[in-house]
Amino acid sequence: MTLQNKTAVVTGASRGIGQAIALELAKQGAKVVVNYSGSEARALQVVEQIQAAGGEAIAVQANVADAESVTQLMNKALETFGSIDILVNNAGITRDNLLMRMKEDEWDDVMNTNLKGVFLCTKAVTRQMMKQRSGRIINISSIVGVSGNAGQANYVAAKAGVIGLTKTTAKELASRNILVNAIAPGFITTDMTDELSEELKQAMLAQIPLAKLGQPEDIAKAVAFFASDASSYITGQTLHIDGGMVM
Amino acid sequence: MSTVLERVTKVVVDRLGVEESEVKLEASFRDDLGADSLDVVELVMELEDEFDMEISDEDAEKIATVGDAISYIESKVN
Repeated sequence: MTLQNKTAVVTGASRGIGQAIALELAKQGAKVVVNYSGSEARALQVVEQIQAAGGEAIAVQANVADAESVTQLMNKALETFGSIDILVNNAGITRDNLLMRMKEDEWDDVMNTNLKGVFLCTKAVTRQMMKQRSGRIINISSIVGVSGNAGQANYVAAKAGVIGLTKTTAKELASRNILVNAIAPGFITTDMTDELSEELKQAMLAQIPLAKLGQPEDIAKAVAFFASDASSYITGQTLHIDGGMVM
Repeated sequence: MSTVLERVTKVVVDRLGVEESEVKLEASFRDDLGADSLDVVELVMELEDEFDMEISDEDAEKIATVGDAISYIESKVN
């Protein structure tokens, strides 16, 4: 248990990678704010699962792309648990399309949730973390933000943006002992990747040296590392967790 | 009850680690008191807490000296 007495806010934590992150941080002793956008029932299940294991958690609805909603989320976290030590910016959506067919709202929706959401949530916790003189911000980017990916111009641009934002935030806040890192997951088994065609999956598998998909837990364990004292000399980095796909 | 000047001085001394004698009305946080931009943001945050008020980003940008901070606070408190 390396995160005892810490409070973590995990955005988009009702399923997939976010759910695994919430469960892992709770397992390490953190009190977890399980943020969700639409899937209330699944968020409550995550909370129940944490509580059943003896942990503390609450579910809070918020749209990360909306500043007011984000402020309410962070206020609720502070009211309930008294501090915010760890922020995991995980919430993300896809609206895949070829660049030539991509509609403006498909671009905007993805940028708003996946990039602006990280900015808004980060901005909303920095006051508290600056006062505490400590904090960890872990941004979930994507390996395609490093490599590019046909059919995902919006998603890739947002995820690459998250890496740049991570580096800048790390530089701005280092003097206040707030460490900011990104994780770039590769092909992880989730609802989001289940939607991909079999053909695309096979093509991706062929590019993975470890020749298998990753599991949400593979990401969650790295998040727990970045949230713990074990990573106290690491900031501004992007860790690829992709079975060796992009080196 | 301490005056606004005394309370602001205390926050500035604590936050920036300067001597009380350096905290003059005309002293610029950045040029005279060694604050960087993040220190100024933090200073404004602490003044908000000390005086239980909200200072908007637009107003905060105009606060460059100790005197600016005091007149801003006095204009809001009175």
